[in-house]
Amino acid sequence: MSTKSVAESVTTSGGKQTVDLAQQTVRELNQALHDQNNELTIAEWEVLNPKGEHNLAVGLDQKLKIDIYGPVGYYCAGMNKEADITVHGHAGQGIAENMMSGSVRVKGNASSAAGATAHGGLLVIEGDAGSRCGISMKGIDIVVKGNVGHMSCFMGQAGSLVVCGDAGDALGDSLYEVHIYVKGAVKSLGADCIEKEMRQEHLDELSALLEKAGVDEDPKAFKRYGSARQLYNFKVDNASAY
Amino acid sequence: MTEKKKYMTVPRESATFDKSTMAEIRRAADTGIYDIRGAGAKRKLPHFDDLLFLGASMSRYPLEGYREKCNTSVTLGTRFAKKPITIDTPVTIAGMSFGALSAYAKEALGRGASAVGTSTTTGDGGMTPEERGQSSKLVYQYLPSRYGMNPDDLRKADAIEVVLGQGAKPGGGGMLLGQKITERVAKMRTLPMGVDQRSACRHPDWTGPDDLEIKIKELREITDWQVPIYIKVGATRTYYDVKLAVKAGADVIVVDGMQGGTAATQDVFIEHVGIPTMAAIPQAVQALQEMGMHRKVQLIVSGGIRNGADVAKCMALGADAVAIGTAALVALGDNDPKWEEEYQKLGSTAGAYDDWHEGRDPAGISTQDPELMKRFDPVEGGRRLANYLRVLTLEAQTLARACGKNDLRHLEPEDLVALTVESAAMARVPLAGTSWIPGTHTF
Repeated sequence: MSTKSVAESVTTSGGKQTVDLAQQTVRELNQALHDQNNELTIAEWEVLNPKGEHNLAVGLDQKLKIDIYGPVGYYCAGMNKEADITVHGHAGQGIAENMMSGSVRVKGNASSAAGATAHGGLLVIEGDAGSRCGISMKGIDIVVKGNVGHMSCFMGQAGSLVVCGDAGDALGDSLYEVHIYVKGAVKSLGADCIEKEMRQEHLDELSALLEKAGVDEDPKAFKRYGSARQLYNFKVDNASAY
Repeated sequence: MTEKKKYMTVPRESATFDKSTMAEIRRAADTGIYDIRGAGAKRKLPHFDDLLFLGASMSRYPLEGYREKCNTSVTLGTRFAKKPITIDTPVTIAGMSFGALSAYAKEALGRGASAVGTSTTTGDGGMTPEERGQSSKLVYQYLPSRYGMNPDDLRKADAIEVVLGQGAKPGGGGMLLGQKITERVAKMRTLPMGVDQRSACRHPDWTGPDDLEIKIKELREITDWQVPIYIKVGATRTYYDVKLAVKAGADVIVVDGMQGGTAATQDVFIEHVGIPTMAAIPQAVQALQEMGMHRKVQLIVSGGIRNGADVAKCMALGADAVAIGTAALVALGDNDPKWEEEYQKLGSTAGAYDDWHEGRDPAGISTQDPELMKRFDPVEGGRRLANYLRVLTLEAQTLARACGKNDLRHLEPEDLVALTVESAAMARVPLAGTSWIPGTHTF
């Protein structure tokens, strides 16, 4: 690790702080951002040359605005609270995993497990998302402009997943209470996931989600999927579904 | 006149189809579902009772029991963490969830452990204020389900334990049946009330040791590299798992043998998957030694630890500390004969009650029923646990001094012999009265 102090690791220009990861380490970046958790002194940040580094901007707990210019590796924005983070590039596995609040926007594609286990906030993926998008999600809203891969929303517990493109195999397998909206084709539904009636309340919810995500789509073009709730309690007659 | 039978045969039970086996066949035929229960393996397994210490005599010099000190404190997490944990006794409390246990029981574990300067561990379902409030050293489990997982609690923890498996069910996920998913438990886990919760057996956002290395770095980044990170595995391919855990960046490795308990899983899983605790320790120690990491990455062992002799034997085999779960519950009052009448009503008996998942525990420990919970006093429970932990520590010290050691961690395999060929092979110590260690010495 560089011996340069955290204070020296950032540069200020027009009120925005810049961290260049060609010069500084991930540790220095995260420490500088964590230093804002107790007292907000610098609200806007930009990160240059991420070059696929893992664990960027993780564990934030402050209303920061962060732009990361380039591709990021695993777990970018992991466990985010409050901060609004934009990745101007592609994202590796587990973007915004376990996010609590705030927002994360990926301008490119996201790898597998995007938004995994996240409790809150908004994740927008402007490209495609890989497999297991929204796995075990617990309250987050996820909007994907492109397609999602197989096993997306596996064991999803709460929140909403909006897919403007197609969904891969076994969508919503072992689903609890997530609301899933898909505009395109669904290759197959997972165990206990069924298509459900799209009522006005769902159109309203979807409309609000699309607006929040800045995505121009007609809610009426989507179908809704959810849990049949047949596997909530073990019944021997359902053994073949397990 | 009827013919007199000359030869009477004595009714003979089958060793293969014994009463318990046939009862299980009938139960399966009645219900169509496997048996679910709590606790660990109940079958007879090679265990620490099969090992003995070689006390000092002419060739070794013992220490005086009441005058010469024998250190019991251990520091965990010295590899990377800025704030390692120092525990005053090498006996920690294993992860047991709020949900599986009542909030009062979790509070009592915290009270008892804190009184003797050791740590407790959360469990599937998150951290409760009762537990954090009473535990001076709290290890926060990071499990596949991520129920109740949030960064605020992560930052409140004194250590983080990434759980890959559990001795009672290596390769299996958590289970908490609907009876115990009350409003509070459901809210903490973001689940509908009353569902049968079967949590995942794999982590959702990583799939192998290379991914785990990145995941551990994420946890370190979030906590600014302050607290130790443990990796917990169920004992199976322990030699390889420990090597991979070291590579993934663990500060501490927890190996849980098949005698280790669970709140609920299939009986077939508990009895037929994993290896005994005693067999796992030498594998783990070998892996650490080959990597030059023994004592640098600390080893905690759990699964069937009952007394100070078990503690001392684990440490002699190379562990830095142990963890107890089932024994801690018994110390709190689980399976106490004073509730015999009620155990009988549940079709069990004190000492055998293991339907912890049903939430009807007469002792008020493994339940979320408000009326049953009232039976359990967390202050008294904490006092009992503290007493028990003190006894474990004193007993282990007694044995260490007898072997001439002024620190529990100075115990070594050379202090042990085995009573059976099996235990000699598993523990890798000589059969008593011989120099033979099966599997390492050729004839």
